[in-house]
Amino acid sequence: MVLSACATVPPQSGASQTSSGGNEQAKEKSYPGLDPASDSDPFPSTYQGLPSSIVALVGATVFTGTGSRIDNGTVILDGGKITAIGANLPVPAGAKVVDAHGKFVTPGIIDAHSHLGVYATPEVWANSDGNEATDPNTAQVWAEHSVWPQDPGFIRALEGGITTLEILPGSANLFGGRAVILKNVPGRTVQDMKFPGAPYGLKMACGENPKRVYGSKNRAPSTRMGNIFGYRKAWIEAQDYRRKWDEYHKKLADYKAGKADKAPEAPKRDLQMDTLAGVLDGSILVQNHCYRGDEMAQMIAISHEFGFHISMFHHGSEAYKVADILRKEDICVATWGEWWGFKMESFDGIEENAALLSKAGVCTVIHSDDAILTQHLPQEAAIALAAGRRAGIEIDEAEAIKWVTANPAKAIGVLNQTGTLEPGKMADVVLWSADPFSVYALTEQVYVDGAVVFDRHDPTRQPLSDFELGQAGPAHPGARP
Amino acid sequence: MSRARRFRSDSQNPGALGRAKRGPRGCGVGYPALKYSLLAFAAAISLMGTAQAETIAITHAKIMTLGSAGLIADGSVIVKDGRIAAVGANVSVPAGARIIDAQGHLVTPGVVASNTALGAGEVEGEATSDDFAGATDHLSAAFDVSLGVNPASMLIPVARMGGVTRAVIVPELPGRGDKKGDKLFAGQAAVIDLSGSANSITRRYAALSADASSGAAGRIGGSHASVLQRLEADLDEAASYGANKGGYEHGTHRPYRQSKEDLEALQPILQGKEPLLIEVHRAADIRRVIELGKRLKLKIILDSVEEGWQVAGDIAASGYPVLVDPQTDLPNEFESLNSRMENAGLLSAAGVVVVVKPPYSGDYARQVRYNAGYAVAHGLPWEAGIAAITRNPAQVFGFAEKTGRIEPGLDADLVVWSGDPLEMLTVPLHVLIKGEEQPMISRAQELARRYGALDPAQPPAYRH
Repeated sequence: MVLSACATVPPQSGASQTSSGGNEQAKEKSYPGLDPASDSDPFPSTYQGLPSSIVALVGATVFTGTGSRIDNGTVILDGGKITAIGANLPVPAGAKVVDAHGKFVTPGIIDAHSHLGVYATPEVWANSDGNEATDPNTAQVWAEHSVWPQDPGFIRALEGGITTLEILPGSANLFGGRAVILKNVPGRTVQDMKFPGAPYGLKMACGENPKRVYGSKNRAPSTRMGNIFGYRKAWIEAQDYRRKWDEYHKKLADYKAGKADKAPEAPKRDLQMDTLAGVLDGSILVQNHCYRGDEMAQMIAISHEFGFHISMFHHGSEAYKVADILRKEDICVATWGEWWGFKMESFDGIEENAALLSKAGVCTVIHSDDAILTQHLPQEAAIALAAGRRAGIEIDEAEAIKWVTANPAKAIGVLNQTGTLEPGKMADVVLWSADPFSVYALTEQVYVDGAVVFDRHDPTRQPLSDFELGQAGPAHPGARP
Repeated sequence: MSRARRFRSDSQNPGALGRAKRGPRGCGVGYPALKYSLLAFAAAISLMGTAQAETIAITHAKIMTLGSAGLIADGSVIVKDGRIAAVGANVSVPAGARIIDAQGHLVTPGVVASNTALGAGEVEGEATSDDFAGATDHLSAAFDVSLGVNPASMLIPVARMGGVTRAVIVPELPGRGDKKGDKLFAGQAAVIDLSGSANSITRRYAALSADASSGAAGRIGGSHASVLQRLEADLDEAASYGANKGGYEHGTHRPYRQSKEDLEALQPILQGKEPLLIEVHRAADIRRVIELGKRLKLKIILDSVEEGWQVAGDIAASGYPVLVDPQTDLPNEFESLNSRMENAGLLSAAGVVVVVKPPYSGDYARQVRYNAGYAVAHGLPWEAGIAAITRNPAQVFGFAEKTGRIEPGLDADLVVWSGDPLEMLTVPLHVLIKGEEQPMISRAQELARRYGALDPAQPPAYRH
């Protein structure tokens, strides 16, 4: 599986344009952008990995992200990929050897729920770009268009071992907009950070937030039943939109084949519908903010009604109440170790949630939703792990590390590229000073695609955002005690 | 910035921003599975109600006393009549004592959650369940949060499961944009124990909560400068009142902005008898608050102080203690641009008494020990990390004669830990408050039990 994943080449930027159908009508006038099928990637990734060399991390305790633990392990990074992993492997000629004895190595940590960039620090009005709270359905907005690459939070997260992020719009709306997957590398533009080939997500929100935000404006939805109506109405429109485009493309093909006299009239393109149709086509993954178990069951019923799949419930405080249903539906759940009780729909949030889900076979994820918590994601997983053990659920650390690596990778659609330490995968790797589930663990080195993007002991490998340049505090991490 | 960090993130209140907050383990750490025995739970609950505290001997313990006895590698703590009767390597176990064999595990004083809403609010998103923000135009400095404390709060057992035995409830100013007042004083802090018993107030008037943050500046419509001027003017008014109470009764005083109750509440502050807990963030503001405190001879506790490390020498020289949340390392506000994880360690190294606090909301109280751990990870010595959540808050908030150390005569607030208390993978094995062992169960464990193994013949609602 992994080797085949290795052969998967991320789509080249612009590839979709060359395969678009417009060229045959070269003599006719062209109106680019009117047909959603003509360019599925209008903001293509310009990510390029930093220069890397052959690296051998030698002697570490390795959590592979596949459920295994390797003592005295060696991990070889070459050409931006993991090329070998195992105990006591030979070190290739020319490799830079990193002595990792007494230390720990994990896959790069993945935060599947982040608002970095869209709710950047400092928390001022100007940086508040996460919620287009002007309509309950804003499936047409894309989080990447709000991302400020200079958010200092990205670099703090990097220091915490985060190598991949899903940046979501906020949860004010039933449909918040498109989520984007980023590699956590400093970039001048958001395109410089975009994870090549990653699918988009669609942020949806259940429960209190949409009904509060719009109810307080004296408009729909103001109740949970109003929420459900809003979802269904939108999916009906989206199915109709798909049908119209399918019919148009069929008629256009007939016309080009000489089977029809008249070129068909194209439907009007609708960016909101493009996103929803992308979900119905299976190319965009539903990321659904939803706390209560009973509401998850409602959302699942809607997904059956309209024929799509929910990739993950986010926050999921009550997921343990419906773990069997989630397992059956193959829906991941992202939650916290111990956040709970801040509103009614999180009042039944328990520390044992993740362990109960994991025990039930649910794809379990620990996420942050927060610029500070994202810096400590394995520790947050440790809280959930300890609560599970206290409740008699034995889960080992090699399994629990999947909550912040392989499982979020699966839920956001990048497991074929990252999330585990397996030959052929992107060399997104963290070297920890101690067991990553320890409160004392610090990242020593963070690799993205084989390049050192953060090194606690090398000031030349410590990025600094423009905003923090010239300030006294965090500006010189190398000088930190 | 508001002390409260009411809504932490988009998931909680879209559109409103909040910083979040958040929290190896000893080799061979055991995780005793909870036995979900209803009988045991009921028995434990009934035990809590009894006034007769049993005599308990915690034996074979590694004891971190935080007192003159220091660290005892292998010793016992004797608990009698709710208090610590003896502690040491060679103390004898009284006849009839119930023995808790610590099997070499660490025993510390109970953890203190400082600067929390715990006990004065249930669900922060539901204003009707909040009792921590009560200041009004006529009841500001005088607002006494202790009168609204609910010992039966459902949040208390959850915090207790994390080893928290006392909480310093600090009121905050109302105003989530909707109830803006023009006050700087949020009211009187109170210390409670987490036994859940009716008499759980340890101390009223533990400190007066004041706000000198940009949030306060916004509230009174001015700048950081006007906050400091206003603070001094309010105190000056109280001094005038104190010097001429007869004039107040006869109506011959100058016009006062504050109510009689508030002016009265400021007297112990002016006399240096009660500390003024001031939320302040920026290095320059910290210096000015210190200058004000020294000039008026006030007893001050500096709260938040993200940029404190930049003026650590000034703070140390002032003798004022600090409350810090070690995880706040982002430039969240223009008054906290130089936030960093090393703050607690650098302040401690400069000689400042450091109290580590959890995030404000009561559901976060149990995180305080992880916060101390993060401070240790970034330079605070481990012993100082433990002191920052035990001895130091007891000293700073005036209940050191009750708890905070393991010494004879103090209340027996004790925790036996499965490992290092600052580690996430460590759990409390035994929690004692005022000599009574607490049931290791909360509503959360009951929910876990109810849904942990589904049974179609017995739906969850019938399992309790």
